[in-house]
Amino acid sequence: MTTTLERPTTGAPARTRSTALFVGLALALVVLAVLSAGIGQLHVAPSEVVGSILHRIGLDWGPSPAHPNGDAALWAIRFPRVVMAALVGAALATGGALMQGVFGNPLADPGVVGVSSGAAVGACTVIVFGLAFAGPWTVATMAFVGGLLTTILVYLTARENGRTEVVTLVLTGVAVNAVAGAALALLTFLGDTQAREQIVFWQLGSLNGTRWPYVAVVAPIVLLGIGGAVAVARRLDLLALGERSARHLGVDVERLRVVCIVLVALLTAGAVAFCGIIAFVGLVVPHLIRMAVGPGHRVLIPASALGGAVLLLAADLVARTAVPYADLPIGMLTALVGGPFFFWLIRRTRRSAGGWA
Amino acid sequence: MSAVLAAHGVHVRFGQARILDGVDVAVAAGELVALVGPNGAGKSTLLSVLSGDTAPDEGRVELDAVDVRAMRLDQLARRRAVLLQENRLSFPFPVADVVRMGRAPWRGTAREDADDEVVARSLDTADVSHLAARRFPTLSGGEKARTSFARTLAQEPGVLLLDEPTAALDIRHQEALLDEARRWARAGASVVVVLHDLTLAAAYADRVVVLDSGRVRGDGAPADVLTSELLTDVYRHPIEVIRGPGVDELVVLPVRTAALLETR
Repeated sequence: MTTTLERPTTGAPARTRSTALFVGLALALVVLAVLSAGIGQLHVAPSEVVGSILHRIGLDWGPSPAHPNGDAALWAIRFPRVVMAALVGAALATGGALMQGVFGNPLADPGVVGVSSGAAVGACTVIVFGLAFAGPWTVATMAFVGGLLTTILVYLTARENGRTEVVTLVLTGVAVNAVAGAALALLTFLGDTQAREQIVFWQLGSLNGTRWPYVAVVAPIVLLGIGGAVAVARRLDLLALGERSARHLGVDVERLRVVCIVLVALLTAGAVAFCGIIAFVGLVVPHLIRMAVGPGHRVLIPASALGGAVLLLAADLVARTAVPYADLPIGMLTALVGGPFFFWLIRRTRRSAGGWA
Repeated sequence: MSAVLAAHGVHVRFGQARILDGVDVAVAAGELVALVGPNGAGKSTLLSVLSGDTAPDEGRVELDAVDVRAMRLDQLARRRAVLLQENRLSFPFPVADVVRMGRAPWRGTAREDADDEVVARSLDTADVSHLAARRFPTLSGGEKARTSFARTLAQEPGVLLLDEPTAALDIRHQEALLDEARRWARAGASVVVVLHDLTLAAAYADRVVVLDSGRVRGDGAPADVLTSELLTDVYRHPIEVIRGPGVDELVVLPVRTAALLETR
């Protein structure tokens, strides 16, 4: 047949594009983090934010916050919240990318299929019954258990021959969300006034009141989850060929599935544990990344983690500042943007009948 | 000739249905074996058992004298490649990336260094080089099949199992694909191809195995096995086998019904 001498791969330009994406996202993350830490009722200039950080790590560069409470406000309130926003955003987006990979369906998302709700049920159980068997880790542990059970349930019911049709997936999500909603309603009914208030706050999703001890719980969970996701990225690429073909290429599909389900539950639990349900981040971010650099998971997963962090930082900034003296629920914001996006995705899927070009 | 890949007394049942009923098949190195038979004869199931995907209810499959079900998946992947009938992709990877996936089993070995070269050659062999940057879902059925074939070749297997690889291809690419499969066999590989086109099977196969209702009805050189009697019986349709004038080539033709001839 014909002979071509040029290297027939898309390697070089694709690599340049993903490098540009990573650099862009990392820059956006840093800039947003500095801005977000400075903006609020107590205003701190970006240069002072940077100065405050440098002073803490022993470098005497840059100005300290001019306001007498500036430094304290930054370190007690703003920084934990900024770090939490980045962690939760990264967890949600990575969880979404992972779930889409293992379901073989770009519409899978922990929020849409009800894994977030399942994790919420676990966490709310802790709130209502005042459980504390694992100290500060109790909420996260129960959220993990709830998330794990729902992921397994959805996985077992929604898949057919190694693939999940869009309709099945969405309808399974409706059913799971309904049952989880009933459980949450029951818990709300059983709880006292304070517990009820907490549950409502939960379902709205918010980063308000984030403190360092919470970050200390969430950070290791999320970093472990992202690390695991990066480790399975190559195998997820092969899984896109279908379970049998992946197996023919040496992938232990059964084991990969179990690992992915645990990772999704872990990431969702980390995101949900203290911040409640923040939907659609896992759907929107991986989709945009795929549009920019293609579907390869070795780029998609780390880029989604970065992109999710950027998105949630920006969303939280809006949540805190859009209405003066009000902290809007961030879950409401992401759903407000994510809902229509999901709708658009479904319409597009229908039109192209499964062709995810 | 000692067998590289061999099925011994394989039985597969799905509920009451006996899909494979005591099948013995052996493939030697350097041999291209065509697996033929009517719909539902058990061809794909046999290929699935040979590839190690399906565990037989009775009997066993040995690759290099080791039970395939006992082999590690990564070692198996370096030894044998499988091309399935249906090739779908969950995400829109470009063609070059799909073919490169065939190199996955060699990751971390010395042969990884040859990845670029092998991918380029495989794209070329399957005549999809010009589609390298195209996304898989945008290809036609035949182009998808050729891309998947390229991916199978990129795996550089010693044992090649192909399930109806020519079904979606035009005549030129059918001939090219089987020509390539035979080239692999001549280079020492063991190749099993499920085919519906009996003339094609006769032209390219060293040996033909005729499967019917889960049993082997014929196993031997094309000229010995592809006879009018056996095929007419197996396919439940009158079939004529014509030997080409002067050339050692078989042409297998269905006998058209009188009704068809009348409506011409």
